[in-house]
Amino acid sequence: MDTTIAAILLQDGITNGAIYALLALALVLVFAVTRVIFVPQGEFVSYGALTVAAMQYGVMPGTIWLLLAAGVLTALVELTRAFRAGELRRAPRILTFYVGYPVALWLLLRSLPLGELPMALQIALMLALIVPLGPMIYRLAFQPLAEASVLVLLIVAIAVHFALQGLGLLFFGPEGSRTAAFTELMFDVGVLSVSGQSLFVVGATVLLIVALYLFFERTLYGKALRATAINRVGARLVGVSIPLSGTLTFTLAALIGALSGALIGPITTVYYDSGFLIGLKGFVAAIIGGLVSYPVAAAGAILVGVMEAFAAFWTSEFKEVIVFTLIIPVLLWRSLTSQHVEEEE
Amino acid sequence: MREKYLIPAFVLILALVPLLPAVPEFWITLLNYIGLAAIVVLGLVLLTGIGGLVSFGQAAFVGIGAYTTAYLTTAYDVSPWLTLPIGLVLTGLSAWIIGAITLRLSGHFLPLSTLAWGISIYFVFGNINALGRHDGLTGIPVVELFGLELMSGRRYFYLIWFFVLLAVFATKNLLDSRPGRAIRALKGGGVMAESCGVAIERFRILIFVYAAVLAGLSGWLYAHLQRAVNPTPFGIGQGIEYLFMAVIGGAGYVWGALLGAGIFTVVEDVLQDVLPALLGRSGHFEIIVFGVIMVLLLQYARDGLWPLILQAVNHAGARRQVPEAPPLPTRAKPEAEEPVLAVRRARKEFGGLVAVNDVSFEMRAGEILGLIGPNGAGKSTIFNVITGLLQANGGEILFRGERLNGLPPREIARRGIGRTFQHVRLLPTMTVLENVAIGAHLRARSGPVAAMLRLERRQEAQLLAEAAKQLERVGLGAYLNEQAGNLALGQQRILEIARALCIDPVLLLLDEPAAGLRYKEKQALAAVLKQLRDEGVSILLVEHDMDFVMGLTDRLVVLDFGTKLAEGQPREIQTNPAVLEAYLGGVA
Repeated sequence: MDTTIAAILLQDGITNGAIYALLALALVLVFAVTRVIFVPQGEFVSYGALTVAAMQYGVMPGTIWLLLAAGVLTALVELTRAFRAGELRRAPRILTFYVGYPVALWLLLRSLPLGELPMALQIALMLALIVPLGPMIYRLAFQPLAEASVLVLLIVAIAVHFALQGLGLLFFGPEGSRTAAFTELMFDVGVLSVSGQSLFVVGATVLLIVALYLFFERTLYGKALRATAINRVGARLVGVSIPLSGTLTFTLAALIGALSGALIGPITTVYYDSGFLIGLKGFVAAIIGGLVSYPVAAAGAILVGVMEAFAAFWTSEFKEVIVFTLIIPVLLWRSLTSQHVEEEE
Repeated sequence: MREKYLIPAFVLILALVPLLPAVPEFWITLLNYIGLAAIVVLGLVLLTGIGGLVSFGQAAFVGIGAYTTAYLTTAYDVSPWLTLPIGLVLTGLSAWIIGAITLRLSGHFLPLSTLAWGISIYFVFGNINALGRHDGLTGIPVVELFGLELMSGRRYFYLIWFFVLLAVFATKNLLDSRPGRAIRALKGGGVMAESCGVAIERFRILIFVYAAVLAGLSGWLYAHLQRAVNPTPFGIGQGIEYLFMAVIGGAGYVWGALLGAGIFTVVEDVLQDVLPALLGRSGHFEIIVFGVIMVLLLQYARDGLWPLILQAVNHAGARRQVPEAPPLPTRAKPEAEEPVLAVRRARKEFGGLVAVNDVSFEMRAGEILGLIGPNGAGKSTIFNVITGLLQANGGEILFRGERLNGLPPREIARRGIGRTFQHVRLLPTMTVLENVAIGAHLRARSGPVAAMLRLERRQEAQLLAEAAKQLERVGLGAYLNEQAGNLALGQQRILEIARALCIDPVLLLLDEPAAGLRYKEKQALAAVLKQLRDEGVSILLVEHDMDFVMGLTDRLVVLDFGTKLAEGQPREIQTNPAVLEAYLGGVA
């Protein structure tokens, strides 16, 4: 291996690592606030990439049917609850949010020449479609179990992943897709040529991290989420609503996931089941951060990306083995450095 | 009584099914697959439902069992009957290594690690040339038994279901034994069990290896049924499906494993036919339905279907007669007045807070020492330091001349220190008798293999008889078969005393034993404690009921904000000005 190859691999690694970092951040966030180990995070990535790809083929993305169905179900659940609580005056709002919005979006998508739109608009439409799925999934699957143990929530998360992956196959078929590149630009830096695409990914990641930082540091909602993460009971006592923070968290997670999908779409061919492995690599990074530390998780993500790139070069068959076995020494180190006397339950 | 007939009836029906020509071949195939899955799920019941360790990676162990026999029989012509033990040892060994690394992980890290190694092992299968990479291995020989080739599904059925029933038998026996009680304490009773001398880590590894060995067995059976293997059925998706089966059937119930495997396999088969036709394309769409079913099940019936069935047929747990048995040997009690416990300048800090500030006191054999002080004085912390749940930052704890510092709780229990907890720690769904028998863990040596084969019944009877004896002694003799969680809180505290007595203690540490008791019950408790003292047991007592303390103790140590305030006879303490100030806020 010479330095040029090493540099190329490093560039690949950092680009992928940036995306893993985003996912790791989302995973840490969801776990901290809701105690859900959100395995389906990866499905937002594949949904995001494949929805954009479908639009570029000029096809109505199948995910709109999921949005419509999930919206109707959520509306039913919410209406039942409102009825029982004697708050039927909330009905118009519920219907507008959960039924009106998906239908309006569907009508909009139908009327647009999807394939001919500029990519930025396609991505915006994709976000409008995918992001609301986050809070709906929270409402349907997780909110009724908000007080359950971490392990029960984990099994629910796995179940949701199963359902979403199967639906992905239904909507997009078994073939993979790759979206058009954001840019064809190349920059020459010494011997190395840096693709505009990589810069775009890394830049978008940094921007998003900064935006999240500002959200958590400067806004009331961000602070409410941090409070919930630190102490759920305490946060409730000062008036932070647990369902609200859950909804907000899952919205953010869906946003991060779908955006990652848009970023990764032009780099690799995404299949309906790619999200799982991509998400799990985010997990490896999140676990390096102990599921609590954002900066360590982000650094871990870069490490995972670089390891993967080099492993792929040396022994491509064992790439996944190496990346997932990396977790074992990390876990070992975690378990040796953290003392726990009290058990759960 | 009914259960006595149900199981033979079930076995008989199973034995007859393949003999009936009217039973279609397709049913036999389904039943074979149900049996294969049930063996894996049985392991998960023990591991996840009972032991509280969630694993998504069991399919990888199935793969190790399957690939071992596939490789050895095809490449080296080894007999399948030889590859069976080899495969089981290899799976067990892999599990032991993985377990030694990952089982120390707390709650959610462990299941995540199972995802990781589950995926890794799957990719290893698919990329090793000797194992045929993604195409796998074919031409695996038929299993022969007594010269009979188990070629057809109908014949193989007997082999599979023989092993299923064997696994059920072994698992049920294991759970109803000394190691079984330790296993059942893993989920939610770890600290308590350690304080009773149970080496928790060993039992975590044990059930992990046991579950893996069952998975390996299923893999061996699978390989010789299919007579070909490839990596697909050993991936993480299948591992998750095994866990779903356990949850559907009822992860805490042995028969739930068979139920869950049965329902899942049949529904999956139906869906695989119906869904592609309905949706007009091929693909494994059944996972959508299973995902939704699992979410609903966990929301509405988290314990699975088996307990619902038990409820529907109004099944009451078996009432156990305590067997007659010779008493367990007891340890020699120290001579009267022999120094038993010496706490020397013990210190415990939590960050900046000094919970125990250089406290010293001594106890002699046959003495009841009261440890009193306002809330937050550090009394329970001293208990935890003595029993090894917390490590002292300084000072020395000596028990009969031996330093206890640095020893784990179970080693301290082994030396004859029994304790109760301020917040009751028991296993609410186990019977009172079983809860107390955990206390006698160290007084027998019967291991898991003997338990599975029921070879340790004599020792088991002795343990249960001891537990019953101690329960009689503290006045809970009428509740042996009651679920511990159904007792009143005061009674649960008394149960903890009986459990601590089962250790055959030299020193007994009781944390607020009289809380929640009525006057008569307190008097009865005081009588029991006095009797123990007369037998040479030393008792260290934390208690807030001053009448109880003053009437019972020989000496008192008073703590305030972690510091020893006074020590002496109850009468002296009652008039000690420093104590009065601490309790009443400055009388002087």
